[in-house]
Amino acid sequence: MLIGAMKWDDMRLVVEDLYVSRGGRTIFEGVRFELARGQGLIVTGPNGAGKSTLLRAIAGFLPLDRGSVSVLPNADPVWVHAHFLNTFNAMKTALTVAENLSFHQQFTGAAALGVEDALERVGLLHVLDNRFGDLSTGQRRRVALARLLLNHRPIWLIDEPTTGLDKASEATFARILAEHLNGDGLVVAATHLPIDVPGVKSLRFEEAPV
Amino acid sequence: MIALIIRDVRLGIRSGGSGLIGVLFFLSVVAVTPFAIGPDLNLLAQIGPAILWIGALLASLLGLDRLFQIDLEDGSLDVLVLARHDQPLALTVFSKCVAHWLITGLPLVIAAPLFGILLNMPLEATAATTATLLMGTPAITFIGAMGASVTATLPRGGLLVSVIVLPFVIPVLIFGVQAALGATLAGVPFMQPFLFLCATTLFFCVLGPLSAGYALRQLEG
Repeated sequence: MLIGAMKWDDMRLVVEDLYVSRGGRTIFEGVRFELARGQGLIVTGPNGAGKSTLLRAIAGFLPLDRGSVSVLPNADPVWVHAHFLNTFNAMKTALTVAENLSFHQQFTGAAALGVEDALERVGLLHVLDNRFGDLSTGQRRRVALARLLLNHRPIWLIDEPTTGLDKASEATFARILAEHLNGDGLVVAATHLPIDVPGVKSLRFEEAPV
Repeated sequence: MIALIIRDVRLGIRSGGSGLIGVLFFLSVVAVTPFAIGPDLNLLAQIGPAILWIGALLASLLGLDRLFQIDLEDGSLDVLVLARHDQPLALTVFSKCVAHWLITGLPLVIAAPLFGILLNMPLEATAATTATLLMGTPAITFIGAMGASVTATLPRGGLLVSVIVLPFVIPVLIFGVQAALGATLAGVPFMQPFLFLCATTLFFCVLGPLSAGYALRQLEG
């Protein structure tokens, strides 16, 4: 049950020859990359180029037409080791921030930082007892990012993490990402944010195929 | 698992309404029936268990379509599905069903004895109907989870869920009403249909979460 929390120095995320189509339309093909611990991949490209689809395919939400995604050395499926942050925040507006976060911590298992510590890292400790629905767009996004710190998951798959964030929060987020990479994590992010960490690769999607 | 039940129950209480609306709908079905049937007290007492069952059945179909939709809309469904290595999806669905029943099903069971009075039902019949509702309404939720999972991505899935779910609920209705009648009518057994009802609930508490979990994994979106 605690595989997610184990430290494997030779853990690698291997994506091979990925081909995904939806409704007969090719979204992307021939995507291949390999990430070792401490490495990140930034996916950029125009709207509709398939960035989110790539992340969902890697996370195992979509059927693959061809290719494979696996976590070596044990060839585990990605979801065993991954956090996935989609464009929504995965929080309930009727519950308080603390209730939301402690639910995620208990549900996902392999606890890392406590709820208060995680909130402090994104600079939002003061909203602990506020209803999530009462927060601003940027604050909601930061709380959603704090969720990633609650549980040990070496692989982070994040989709447009900086939507609605101001400059200061973007810097905070870049720092959290850098710390995760320095702590031997792996990141695949669809974002325009430059992340100044050695070992970050980049993948650019060109114009959407018509 | 417990965390999910607590979250959903809290959510149901906090965002309010869903349980109370079910009870109000139940009340209106029960209150309208005597107007349609006429003021024949004996007849009402006789068909009382059936009316209570139909009312409770329709009321529990009400909120079913939202079971997974609320999680789909705010992105939490991705988290629930992604965690399937630590929290098997069937258990996750089971927990959601338990929470859903506590919020929407249990109030119906609690309200049933009061509504029995409106129908001039004898005490034993009311008690038996309440007992069958207690054992039978969870089955409706578990069967409903199957319908809710395949319609989660549809914007107006509510009616469709009811149409999908109703045929599967018929055995529950038959055994429930039969057991309730068995408590009052001479020569009609209570225990046999009641045990069949319990068995149906147990059967669907396994089949419902398993198949709903499978359907949720196939959702693209």
